[in-house]
Amino acid sequence: MGIQNLLWQVTKKAFTGGIIGVTISDRCCSVVPVRGDSMSPTLNPQRNSYLDDYVLVEKFCLQDYKFVRGDVVVFSSPTHFKDKYIKRIVGLPGEWISSSRDVIRVPEGHCWVEGDNKASSLDSRTFGPIPLGLIRGRVTSVVWPPQRVSKIS
Amino acid sequence: MGSSSSFWNVAYRQAMKSGVFVAKVYSFLHVTTTYLAFPAVAFGPSMIPTLHPSGNVVLAERISTRSRKLSRGDVIVLQSPEDPNKIPIKRVIGLEGDCESFVVDPEKNDESRTIVVPKGHVWVQGDHTQNSRDSRIFGPLPYGLIRGRVLWRLWPFQDFGPIDDHNLKK
Repeated sequence: MGIQNLLWQVTKKAFTGGIIGVTISDRCCSVVPVRGDSMSPTLNPQRNSYLDDYVLVEKFCLQDYKFVRGDVVVFSSPTHFKDKYIKRIVGLPGEWISSSRDVIRVPEGHCWVEGDNKASSLDSRTFGPIPLGLIRGRVTSVVWPPQRVSKIS
Repeated sequence: MGSSSSFWNVAYRQAMKSGVFVAKVYSFLHVTTTYLAFPAVAFGPSMIPTLHPSGNVVLAERISTRSRKLSRGDVIVLQSPEDPNKIPIKRVIGLEGDCESFVVDPEKNDESRTIVVPKGHVWVQGDHTQNSRDSRIFGPLPYGLIRGRVLWRLWPFQDFGPIDDHNLKK
């Protein structure tokens, strides 16, 4: 009976801890790994997956969706909504972006994102401006590996 | 001195206990409304006759939107691509791969366009097509903007009941 009681107590504490952890991760901030080199040299400057950067993503920006040009954001892909990409905002609503052939105006409620490594980056030059509602958080700093801990500018 | 320090001790412990309790309640509410179901307020004329223009509270669930089990005829809560702070409610008319034909501007002329819904998007329209900002204006909606699927009308009580699918589920 003592073991059962102990198990139940541990389960309750783990459940509560899990729920609080999920809430903090959704509302406050979370740590995510960066895959690929579309944001070199800002993130993942080497092409070696043992040294993937881990970044801190803050979620307070999702209260009012006020971003500035230069913010690095995490967003859901418009075509595969379960995939998340990390790119930099280079165009806010109402601004004009010059892409390869013509000049495009970013519609209201959307933004234009591009990777820092323009040679190998799948971004708005391919799938167009993305609605701001797809953004899932803003990257503030690198937290791993320790020698690369820094704020993102 | 002894009694005042123990007063602060007791007060501190009470505050911590209430704080933990508030944190637990807040987290529980957050997880439930984000991953299970949440109530939503609907007002505006775009979903007449399904929803009343002066306001309905509906219950929306999140389980089928995360696993992509939406079908034509579902009423969904979405984030507007024109303004991420607006949360309209519309009906899914077409899934990815469907051909949608629609009249571009019913007040001007009868010109119509046909669009194939791209991968990862859905086509939404309000039931009251004369007064509804929907996919005919902002184009196909990416799946990532869908917040939930409306199941049930909760308030006012004379409207209590499930949302029907307008015989679109075939």
